[in-house]
Amino acid sequence: MAAELATQLPAAAMPVSAPHPLSRSARRVWSAVWPKLGAILLTVVVWQLVVWSGWRPQSQLPGPWPVLERLAGDLARVDFYAGMGLTLRRAALGYAIAAGVAIVVAILIARIELARRSVGSLLVGLQSMPSIAWFPFAVLLLQKNEGAITLVVLMGAAPAIAAGLLSGIDQVHPQLIRVGRAMGADGLGLYRHVILPAALPAFVGGLKQGWAFAWRSLMSAELLIVATSPASIGQQLQSARNLNDAQQLLAIMIVIFVIGIAIDSMFGGLDRLVRRRWGLLGSES
Amino acid sequence: MSNLLALSEKHALSVERLSVSFAHGDQLLLALDGATFEVKRGEFVCVVGASGSGKTTLLNVLAGLDRPSAGRAHVHGRVALIFQESALLPWLTAAGNVELALELRGVKASVRRTLAYELLGRVHMAGFEKRRPHELSGGMKQRVALARALAQDADVLLMDEPFGALDAISRDLLHEELERIWKESRLTILFVTHNAREAVRLGDRVMVFTSRPGRVGHEVKVDLPRPRSLDSPELAVIAGRITDRLKHEMINGR
Repeated sequence: MAAELATQLPAAAMPVSAPHPLSRSARRVWSAVWPKLGAILLTVVVWQLVVWSGWRPQSQLPGPWPVLERLAGDLARVDFYAGMGLTLRRAALGYAIAAGVAIVVAILIARIELARRSVGSLLVGLQSMPSIAWFPFAVLLLQKNEGAITLVVLMGAAPAIAAGLLSGIDQVHPQLIRVGRAMGADGLGLYRHVILPAALPAFVGGLKQGWAFAWRSLMSAELLIVATSPASIGQQLQSARNLNDAQQLLAIMIVIFVIGIAIDSMFGGLDRLVRRRWGLLGSES
Repeated sequence: MSNLLALSEKHALSVERLSVSFAHGDQLLLALDGATFEVKRGEFVCVVGASGSGKTTLLNVLAGLDRPSAGRAHVHGRVALIFQESALLPWLTAAGNVELALELRGVKASVRRTLAYELLGRVHMAGFEKRRPHELSGGMKQRVALARALAQDADVLLMDEPFGALDAISRDLLHEELERIWKESRLTILFVTHNAREAVRLGDRVMVFTSRPGRVGHEVKVDLPRPRSLDSPELAVIAGRITDRLKHEMINGR
């Protein structure tokens, strides 16, 4: 019997001799990192060349070095982190509410045919509507800037998250549902044990896209709000523009870019983890 | 009254003039047309039929996944259904799949893990408890599916071409495994296949279903001693007769 089981083992799961595990993982990290480093280097070089060409005076287009110096100065300031904290709190609040609303809406649409025909079609329209268009109305309605920002982030992220989860639920293999029912799961139990786990990979995709929308919406909204304390990232961008401080503008743009990428790659990691567990990536590593 | 009770004690499964039809566009497709048979408690019965003989529909009705259009299908006790393939939940480990069946049956959380490992041991999957389905071969997946069905603590096991996608050796081993478990547990098994040899290898009785629509066309009692070998000449003779029936059915059924 043992021999039979051994022959049934898939090749990838067999203990493969790994001569240098450390150097192998180092090589893997390097192969993931060098294209990105290359792209950054290329950007900096082109940027520097444009600056050197004298197309614009340095006060309008500073070179990479002074901008990085300014960025380092910003990163040494306590109030800069206070502002960043405010921005990230806004993002987290709006995004969390969006995720909660989206889960409820997607399950309702999946369960109720009338909801699909009514709300389902609105979802597509909402997804293509720039959520910043809600901002003036939200300020008028809520009479509060913070509330309006949360609403804009919510309207940006929720449709994408709901659409991701909904397509995940719709694409659950009918066989899995039969399996669940044959084991005695029905109603909510079927959702909990079969449908929602099966939809998780698509849901994570929706979460990732929802984050991108949330971050964009938040930056747009923060540009429109004047004078808060501490100064949010978007507001610092706006005040740098008012002061014609190009170095500061570019430094903050880099911060916005890096935060966006960092959180996006967290979702990317989550996405890969889920896919590997679900057997959608093959069983390597 | 006493007569009825005696019947329900003797039979694990009774199907009476069972008809099932499906809407297909504006047509009504008849999958089963008045199928009638009974299976005794502890009996191992195989159903063979060409595609379109409503074998899968029959199991779905017995498992409560489809509704009969007419007639009755009655199972005395709990049923578990084993599918041909892709029936394990891919995000759960082998043990997790078995544990879920235990959870849905209402088994206490504290003993689920131990029970699941025990059941996996019974199907010779000890040591593979933490593997996910995509890390298992086809034969191993069906072993886990078997353990999961046992976890449902069913009286009747319904099997829908469970070994149809396996290579010959894995299938041989699983035949032995299933026979052993059947003997140990006094389960009643209704085993659907399109392979006449497999049916004769496993069944006390083989029912040959007619094609489009399906009903019991013919029945063969298999008296060969167990364990049987797929390659034995006696088995081949009986299987040959069944295959002839099936061919006849396919030609006339078109």
